[in-house]
Amino acid sequence: MAEENRAFTATSFNIYLTQDKKLMGVLCRACGTLSPEPRPMCHACHGRDMEWYEFSGKARLSTFTCISIVPEKMSKKGYGRDNPYCTGIVTLEEGPRLSALIIGVDATKPQDIKTGMEMVLDLAEVDPESPTPTFRPV
Amino acid sequence: MSTNSSKRQLGRPVSIVGAGMSRFGAFADKDSRDLFVEAFQDMLDNLDQGIDVRDIECAYVGNYSSDLFEHQGHTAPIIADWLGLTPIPVTRIENACASSGSALREGIMAIASGLYDIVMVGGMEKMTSLPTEGVTDVLATAADGLYEVPAGLTFPGIFGAIATAHMDRYETNLDHLLKVGIKNHENGALNPKAQFNVTIQNLMERRMARAQERGQPVPEYVTEMDFLNDPGANPWIAWPLRLYDCAPITDGAACVLLVASEVAHNFTDKPIELAGTGQASGRPLHDADELTSLSAAKAAAGNAYEMAGVTADEIQVAEVHDCFTIAEIIASEDLGFFAPGEGGMAVDEGRTALNGDKPINTSGGLKAKGHPVGASGVAQVAEIFHQLRGEAGDRQVNKPGLELGLTHNVGGTGGTCVVNILRRSS
Repeated sequence: MAEENRAFTATSFNIYLTQDKKLMGVLCRACGTLSPEPRPMCHACHGRDMEWYEFSGKARLSTFTCISIVPEKMSKKGYGRDNPYCTGIVTLEEGPRLSALIIGVDATKPQDIKTGMEMVLDLAEVDPESPTPTFRPV
Repeated sequence: MSTNSSKRQLGRPVSIVGAGMSRFGAFADKDSRDLFVEAFQDMLDNLDQGIDVRDIECAYVGNYSSDLFEHQGHTAPIIADWLGLTPIPVTRIENACASSGSALREGIMAIASGLYDIVMVGGMEKMTSLPTEGVTDVLATAADGLYEVPAGLTFPGIFGAIATAHMDRYETNLDHLLKVGIKNHENGALNPKAQFNVTIQNLMERRMARAQERGQPVPEYVTEMDFLNDPGANPWIAWPLRLYDCAPITDGAACVLLVASEVAHNFTDKPIELAGTGQASGRPLHDADELTSLSAAKAAAGNAYEMAGVTADEIQVAEVHDCFTIAEIIASEDLGFFAPGEGGMAVDEGRTALNGDKPINTSGGLKAKGHPVGASGVAQVAEIFHQLRGEAGDRQVNKPGLELGLTHNVGGTGGTCVVNILRRSS
């Protein structure tokens, strides 16, 4: 059960990722639009009656990149020129897309990573300092 | 009351009568204000009939992040002071890499409203004060810090993801990307103010010569593509983008003088009219309508074409925002120059080269001219100003009746886009 009292903010989104191991977005009760990013007002109809919505975690890889020149945060985790990581955009089975870290692929062989492949949410090792939705191939 | 796009006309016509640019590059001994002074002096020195600086009534300065690059906020009054413009109103505009494109629109509207007749608009960025990792982190603040950056997406990373999607959906390939860079370096080699005033061929020959001097094995490059396909010379940044797919880190400034068209002939016999202007906002890539296009670019272009009363086919020369090679390809599609998916092939066929039917980035573009982010929008306008006046030197587009040019300036990864259409007054 979602904690209904949590504010529709990134702070709550991150608590759900790290503590509840869930991908929680919002549903607009007025027009039915789903947003994986919690927000207090619907961007589509400007409705203010939002509720928490748990995404199943099933998705497809829409696009990706393998990053060799890495930001400081990823450098501290051991990524870099000789050890790139994969990140990209997934399309959730419910429709919306979101930016996500992609694990379980060989980022040194981007030619072998295929868009369209089935992905699943995997929050087992989500970083509590910088939580992000993380997906791996099924 | 609903808005009606057909009403989006300027209150009165606005023209550009002068343009200036600092040298673009890496200048350890200069701060952004010094670069702005250099651009301003270049503009004054090339104003056909001169100006008393005290006649400038108002100014706008595009600047992305002097706060993080130079630990200096509130830069507008500093520019006013360094140019000797106080006490006129000067305002800084921040819209990431579209800061000065957006500043230009503010200047246009200030004149079109009737409030001022003479407005200076410029842009500046001092980026080399930070190491590359620091610059990468600053540029990443132009993306969504809550929902994009935590996923490990960098600025090149988001454009890498766009390139992956474009290659997946269309016939675009890695060679098309590299050929954008080759073309822009060829143009940059003809631009004395460009940061990379050299062709890729030159850079390849230098690398071979250096290896020979040092007694190291000399790489067996025959063509520029051999050089660009060598990971030692052209390392991966964010698949499928390599070093030579990315605009450099640059210090520089640019400015233009805008006036009410009715007084333009007090300054020059060859004013360039701002025939159309459009600006739009867009959502982060994951929430965008398409992964292979920037919706803000299409919307801004639509507004600019409508205001100018022209079509994409009529544009004869364009400066587009090639922060990455893929960005030039999708810009050429979003602007309607080529059908979706055909931008890469157009580059391959030489259509966007200096002597092609649709010359793009004659200045060298952000790739070779350099990309001091807050200056780029106005620097693009300066290039088209010179092209339409026939004063672009060795890189002059050689077309009879050159009359219509366009600029396309993107902020961040498509969150902002500004498109201007310039017309040589007949």
